[in-house]
Amino acid sequence: MAKDLMPKSWKEFPDGIHVEVKDQPQGFDYITAGWRTFRPEVNLDKCVHCMICWLVCPDNAVVVEDGKMTGFFYDHCKGCGVCANECPVKAIEMVPEVK
Amino acid sequence: MGKKIAMETNQLAAFAMAQIDPDVVAAYPITPSTEVVQEFSKYVANGEVTTEFVPVESEHSAISACLGAATAGARVMTATASQGLALMNEILHIASSARAPISVVVASRALSGPINIHGDHMDISSIRDAGWIIMVAEDAQEAYDNIIQSIPIAERAKFPIITSYDGFITSHAVEVAEVLEKEEVQKFIGPKKPDYSVFDEKLTIGVLALQDSYIEFKRKQAADYDKVIDIVKEVGKEYGDLTGRYYDTVEKYMTDDAEVIMVAMGSTAGTAKVVVDQMRAEGHKVGLLKIRLFRPVPKDDIIGVLRTADAVMIMDRAYTYGGVGGPLFEEISAAMNDLPCRPYMANYIYGLGGRDIKPSHIRQVFEDGLKAVKGCGFDQQIKWITVRE
Repeated sequence: MAKDLMPKSWKEFPDGIHVEVKDQPQGFDYITAGWRTFRPEVNLDKCVHCMICWLVCPDNAVVVEDGKMTGFFYDHCKGCGVCANECPVKAIEMVPEVK
Repeated sequence: MGKKIAMETNQLAAFAMAQIDPDVVAAYPITPSTEVVQEFSKYVANGEVTTEFVPVESEHSAISACLGAATAGARVMTATASQGLALMNEILHIASSARAPISVVVASRALSGPINIHGDHMDISSIRDAGWIIMVAEDAQEAYDNIIQSIPIAERAKFPIITSYDGFITSHAVEVAEVLEKEEVQKFIGPKKPDYSVFDEKLTIGVLALQDSYIEFKRKQAADYDKVIDIVKEVGKEYGDLTGRYYDTVEKYMTDDAEVIMVAMGSTAGTAKVVVDQMRAEGHKVGLLKIRLFRPVPKDDIIGVLRTADAVMIMDRAYTYGGVGGPLFEEISAAMNDLPCRPYMANYIYGLGGRDIKPSHIRQVFEDGLKAVKGCGFDQQIKWITVRE
């Protein structure tokens, strides 16, 4: 859990497994992307902001600001490539994770 | 005084569900609970309820659909038994940690194998650690009453609930029960007020919590789960004020001055009451403690009754392989450890797979207890009865 969201006592934890989304889409600052072999990269010149990538992303890893797609949360993206496959204008490319 | 009707308990359960009129029922049939959803689907087809009925392809899907609907804020019910409940197991844990107040009717049945469709408590016992509230009814009347009460209990406690009754022995028995009018039920349960909803875009539901926070989520869940006991009592009293039938976590039957107390759950409690009456008439000080709330264990209520007994006979219609006796015996023995001076305690495993337990068997158990009190305890602490020796 994000350090600034972490309650001081268990008594203040939520009644359930739901938390409020702040900066991070999962409400936590865990890095859950360590096993990615390809990462999506977006060409914003081609992007038409249709939000299909945001809709299909299984990990809430698409960053949207003011109704515009602006990039990816790479700490959460697992590199599954669904966004690149579904993008109607081929604005997303899967790039190998090499140095 | 309410209206009296004669129905099979399964049909009565469907009748209770129709009076509750849940928003969503997602179900997959399994004996001996099939009739519950079969009958309920008729209420749906006849337009007598507003429920969205979702027929699915397995119990895993049934409880998953229920959980999804519950996180959307719906009032949700289903019914299952035995292997069907076992197949739900994975999602049961998520539902309880998500505090989804789903109400599930279970006609308790043996777990295979060998394949057996008859009544025992192995299914509800095998999921006792899933964080659900589990209530067990003695007869049709209590089954109906428990199902109605399950809604306010689950929604106040913010935990899912199972209300069970014995498969076939109770589920397929026609009994007379006093029922409420639908309007009275609706007034008693009130409208659903969801605590949170998946439609709230500020929330993420089903979070990941690792070494830094998982244990705090669980500590909170455990503390809130303990509060269920008081909520069961509170709702049992309110229901009594409405119907005249008051309920507690346990039911005492001639226990106040009893030397030997039997502890039993489900339909066996009814048989035991008959034997208690007979033996009392013969001058034996025997009594019965019926467990209505199986989970969470109403520890203080149990100790309060059993502490003055000389011998306690705990009846388990289930077994924990390699455990110290059956599930009720394990829990009650652990609870009684708080006492400085404990009664003799013995465990009887009986009636698995629907094997009959007769008044003669129960009388024998009481006689074992009376003998233990006169002598010095039991030769054998854990005994299987109603079995070919």
